[in-house]
Amino acid sequence: MKYHDLVIIGGGPAGLAAAVSAHEAGVSDILILERDERLGGILNQCIHNGFGLHTFKEELTGPEYAERYIKKVLDAKIPYKLKTIAADISPEREILYVNGEEGAVTVKAGAIILAMGCRERPRGALGLPGYRPAGIFTAGTAQRLMNIEGQSVGKKVFILGSGDIGLIMARRMTLEGAEVCAVAELMPYSGGLNRNIVQCLNDFNIPLKLSHTVTQIHGKERVTGITISEVDEKRSPIPGTEEYFDCDTLLLSCGLLPENELSKSAGITLDRVTGGPVVDDRLQCSVPGVFACGNVLHVHDLVDYVSEEAERAGAQAASYLSGNSTADGYVKLYTGFGVRYTVPQMIDVKNMSEQTVVRFRVADIYRDKSIALYYGDKHVKKQKKRIMAPGEMEQIIIKKDSFTDGIPDSIKVCVED
Amino acid sequence: MMNEYDVCIIGAGVVGCAAAMQLSKYDLNILVIDKEEDVCSGTSKANSAIAHAGYDAVPGTIKAKMNVRGAELIKQLSKTLDFSYIQNGSLVLCFDEADIPKLNTLYERGIKNGVKELSVITGDEARALEPAVSENAVAALYAKDAGIVCPFGMTYAFAENAAANGVQFSFLTEVKNVKKSDPGYTVVTDKGEINTKYVINAAGVYADVIHNYVCDDKIKITARRGEYVLLDREVGDLVKHTVFQLPTKLGKGVLVAPTVHGNIIVGPSAEDIDDKEDTETTAASTAKIKECALQSVPNIPYNKVITGFSGLRAHGGDDDFIIGETADGFFDAACIESPGLTSAPAIGEYLAMLISKKSGAALKTDYIAERKNIPHIAKMPPEKRTEMIKKNPLYGNIICRCESISEGEIVDAIRRKPGAVSLDGVKRRVRAGMGRCQAGFCTPATIAILARELGIPESEVTKNRPGSEQIKEKL
Repeated sequence: MKYHDLVIIGGGPAGLAAAVSAHEAGVSDILILERDERLGGILNQCIHNGFGLHTFKEELTGPEYAERYIKKVLDAKIPYKLKTIAADISPEREILYVNGEEGAVTVKAGAIILAMGCRERPRGALGLPGYRPAGIFTAGTAQRLMNIEGQSVGKKVFILGSGDIGLIMARRMTLEGAEVCAVAELMPYSGGLNRNIVQCLNDFNIPLKLSHTVTQIHGKERVTGITISEVDEKRSPIPGTEEYFDCDTLLLSCGLLPENELSKSAGITLDRVTGGPVVDDRLQCSVPGVFACGNVLHVHDLVDYVSEEAERAGAQAASYLSGNSTADGYVKLYTGFGVRYTVPQMIDVKNMSEQTVVRFRVADIYRDKSIALYYGDKHVKKQKKRIMAPGEMEQIIIKKDSFTDGIPDSIKVCVED
Repeated sequence: MMNEYDVCIIGAGVVGCAAAMQLSKYDLNILVIDKEEDVCSGTSKANSAIAHAGYDAVPGTIKAKMNVRGAELIKQLSKTLDFSYIQNGSLVLCFDEADIPKLNTLYERGIKNGVKELSVITGDEARALEPAVSENAVAALYAKDAGIVCPFGMTYAFAENAAANGVQFSFLTEVKNVKKSDPGYTVVTDKGEINTKYVINAAGVYADVIHNYVCDDKIKITARRGEYVLLDREVGDLVKHTVFQLPTKLGKGVLVAPTVHGNIIVGPSAEDIDDKEDTETTAASTAKIKECALQSVPNIPYNKVITGFSGLRAHGGDDDFIIGETADGFFDAACIESPGLTSAPAIGEYLAMLISKKSGAALKTDYIAERKNIPHIAKMPPEKRTEMIKKNPLYGNIICRCESISEGEIVDAIRRKPGAVSLDGVKRRVRAGMGRCQAGFCTPATIAILARELGIPESEVTKNRPGSEQIKEKL
């Protein structure tokens, strides 16, 4: 069986940044497995700009942002395989990959970085009633068809869900000459970034209908229209609020799901809220030597944070490979009021580096509140925020030298006044 | 389309294809026509996918005979024609001591119908067999012989075997009239007229329309809509057996069952509707089947639903199938509702027997009895998989991630006779797009493969029938 020090599953933004970082940290035997026919992952279809403001202090398109990392991978001569799918991972870090050239090949890895990204929640999982005609796409599929394959998916579009890809596609389809009727969002707030609501909807006079959902899909062959209804506080449609929209296309942007089928095959523990692996401050999963980063770990709002997280995963994998694998000071992170999850879910306080970034999302829109950090009952830190929204990731930094009273029983992150 | 045939079969569902397969053993010119673009496009594609043991039907009815014989044939044919069938056993749950006599009635019916391995067991015995079963179940009818089958796989197997034995298929061909002519019938379609000695009416929910063109005693078929939800393979071990409920005054009850592909299916509802094309799902029906199923299995993880759909059963006025020569040379397979899928091979066998006798046709000497399914490469051990990929590198290019389906398998599906000409045709043959992302990832690639293989632009690739194109235009 072939062996590689580090195998990275996925050649998107997370996989690329992790590879570069591991290489810089001294790992020379790396293999990247990418299922698509090019490196760069989902960035390749994100032809709009707005990427890289944090990382490069400039506005890049998705492909331009990817190109920066692809160049680093090529310069470092890090090996990668395209059109190659990882079919299975064992808890012993054996990976079965498949491609047309070699067939089905098993390789053993010293360490693995999971960087498989996420997928979109489909119509079936949303339980939208009505017919099942052509013309219903997840926003990302429509984006791929338009931006990679050069195909137009519709002329008159309704969008359900205000996730970022849906917002971006509202603008994109408008610019291609389609009419976007409206965007409906089940929740009383948007799931996307505020800047996308401004730039993609408001600038084009596309209405955003909060607390609304699709209650009927019409059309036997192709979508001919949809009915939406307002929903109550339990998110149930309110009878009498039905509104019909004539359209030929329904785009769905109703949430992203980390793609962890491989993680499951490796026996990795997953977090019920994020849908991604439970990790420690090294971004290491419950199976030793397996690390995770990017949208397979938790869905990010900005690719800049994916890259940053992936660089940490790469460096940690390198450290693990050079023998630093002691982990004997775990403290669990708890979520208090207003915090849906944290990544990492635990911190090895005893062996942690100088500081660790804890990322999370809040459960509702909060104005003029604070993010608070507790070690046991002890209030350690408070960080005022003018506004927090579920569509944007929040973070708090935990410093090693803040543990002045030794290792606490628990660490808690919450929203408070 | 040549227009002189011995037999014209109207409807390429499981019954029409079973009849074609059984008749193709004889030296006859056979044509199967369907108004849709592919076989298995109506009732056959959206049902419970059960091979019923045969205790439901009243003894002496055609239903009872066809069910028991059909179940037997499915077991044999699943081997020779290579489609998925699993004998998983079924339980009919009873939740009230007072209803146990009803279970006994089913048991007695089953015995009279010739069902083997049937027993009435206690609630505890049922839970020992199937731990997910509710504490409220007091007794159950256990049919060890009951099974589950791939309804698409079985229909394609019949169609492909029929085609291999010379049967022709004409799709997107809608019947407008059937007229008596000499020596048989003229089937008038939107694609022209077909002269045939014999007609088999296997038109599903439209079988009344076809029947009424020819026969004096008119029949009426009502489309009875049944809605289902399908759960992710991730929770596929929820139940091993097919779990039915004893019909009560509140309704027939719904089933919870595994599918041969490892999903869990819950349903159906039962709603009579006027429009024979109305396969809408409704919020009310979805809620109803979900709630009803919880009676049998209290812990169904509905957050793992990957899709919902509905199908239409051809419900006749009488409670039995109408099968046989209802006018001279005109053979009905009408009112084929549950257990129609199970009965299909027997219905085909019976009609083939009638027509072979009437026509005096001889058995073919070069009849092909076996058919192989498209290989599922990802299920093979790595060495075998590599061997297949070395022969055809397209088997190494995974298109559908959720179900691990390669480009090679999709190409196979398109090149079969009759082959896939639409996204749904590909999906039903090789499951590309049938997994948890419901074709989100593979739609663009599958459209491109269909366009390439069929020699048409992407904008002409349909989801199913014409008008269901996914792509509007090239940018």
